[in-house]
Amino acid sequence: MKLGLVIDLDTCVGCHACGTACKQWNTSGTIGPLSDERPYEKDPSGSWLNRIRTYEVGDSPHSKTVNMPMSCMHCEDAACVTVCPTGASYKREEDGIVLIDQDKCMGCNLCSWACPYGARELDPNSGTMKKCTLCVDRIYDEQLPEAERQPACVLTCPTSSRVFGDFDDPDSQVSKLSRQRAGQQLMPELGYNPVNTYLPPRNPKQQDQIKVSAVQGIKQLVNRIINR
Amino acid sequence: MHPAFSVLIFTVTSGAGYGLLAWLGAGQLLGYSQSYTSDQQIILGVIAMVLVSIGLLSSTMHLANPKNAWRSFSRFRTSWLSREAVFAILLYPVAALYAAALFWQWSCINWLAGLSMVLALITLFSTSMIYASLKTIRQWNTPMVPALFMAYALSSGGLLFLTVSGFFDAFSPQLLKTVTGLVLITLALKMVYFFWQGKPQGATIQTATGFSQASVRLLDAGHSAPTFLNREFGYQIAADKLLRLRIVMTLVTFIAPLVMFYCVLQGTAAELLLVAWVMMMTGLLLERWLFFAEARHVVRLYHGEQRT
Repeated sequence: MKLGLVIDLDTCVGCHACGTACKQWNTSGTIGPLSDERPYEKDPSGSWLNRIRTYEVGDSPHSKTVNMPMSCMHCEDAACVTVCPTGASYKREEDGIVLIDQDKCMGCNLCSWACPYGARELDPNSGTMKKCTLCVDRIYDEQLPEAERQPACVLTCPTSSRVFGDFDDPDSQVSKLSRQRAGQQLMPELGYNPVNTYLPPRNPKQQDQIKVSAVQGIKQLVNRIINR
Repeated sequence: MHPAFSVLIFTVTSGAGYGLLAWLGAGQLLGYSQSYTSDQQIILGVIAMVLVSIGLLSSTMHLANPKNAWRSFSRFRTSWLSREAVFAILLYPVAALYAAALFWQWSCINWLAGLSMVLALITLFSTSMIYASLKTIRQWNTPMVPALFMAYALSSGGLLFLTVSGFFDAFSPQLLKTVTGLVLITLALKMVYFFWQGKPQGATIQTATGFSQASVRLLDAGHSAPTFLNREFGYQIAADKLLRLRIVMTLVTFIAPLVMFYCVLQGTAAELLLVAWVMMMTGLLLERWLFFAEARHVVRLYHGEQRT
């Protein structure tokens, strides 16, 4: 299995609900708590596993606002696991999820240096690295109804811009979506082979030229002359 | 990259220590250590291991959760940081045996000297590979980084070897000429590195976001106060200040000691080398600070920088 997310940049509205749901679930999950520094002051900071950034793509007037949520890409060739000296960082063979054993991490920051996506953040309180678990404590929980065995960010997304599934299965929704919509990896040139796939925005449909009747044409002309 | 002071101290002092030990071991094999008494050689070895130990202790200071530091010996098959830890610890018993061999005049001394030298060099190489293996930081991901780390260590270690020899009345001008050559090579390599570093290359905001056909600008980073990522990777330094610091670093680390080498070769007292060594170590601290401050991690692209 190769579990991961498909994120639709066309429909994401940048509401930060995925990030908030992620923090809410994971702060009491297996790697929790995700501690904060100065949470009620003017410069709050803390470990956060899903950052949403907004970009302007293209030049005005042909520009587009693109919201890009980024969490761990669960890379197939995960350098963060290779560089870890303690063995705290590991990639699960059965489903490809990259996790950190909180009992082994010594907080040397090297894995966060090796990650190009900024997916790893040091917890200011425990001194250990925290990262997206793909809600490993949700997706296999048989106590939950089957429809809810998905990552918290996917369940909460109001525009269904996030889809969770197995990229090894060619008939899964994630595989189909990334095939149909030309899904992309971020920064593929580094060779980490990230699993999470981003669907680029679709081209807007060309609007037909509004046909102007002869009478309207004359009216517009008259109006323009009167305005002068 | 944020320059953590403990890591600067660690790489510079342990580098000098390993360099000194390598010079001592090589001297045993090549014969130039024989101008020292064995007690003096043991003192040199102790100085080397004290420097190494100061560095290693300092390196544990930057760990956020040091109680798990002992686990860092476990992944030596993949992690350069783990390899560094393993070799650094392996060196202690070998260096102790080398000292014992010097003291009791064992016949296997050449083996122990050679082994100490090789372990010191391997540890140095492992340290440099921690940085050189990171594909995310193009300024570090080059074979020049291990070459420079070895050259710095051998220069500062060799100079310390000579400095101490001055105090033992065992000063050798021939050795000083060798160290001068080494410092010149290091200086040349550093200049090549500076020019290479200025060349635009690597990932851009286009490849980072996947919009390779259009201009991309950051509108909103998504947080109101700096995060871990900003603090760790967002270190910014003004270009004019950078240039000035580079010039100061080159003068203090290389040019001033080279001038002093010339004076000593012309007959000034060899004690001047102590000043040269202190200057070189100070300069190397500044060099290491620049090494971090100038390194630009690709995560900066997601925070709006156009290229690294």
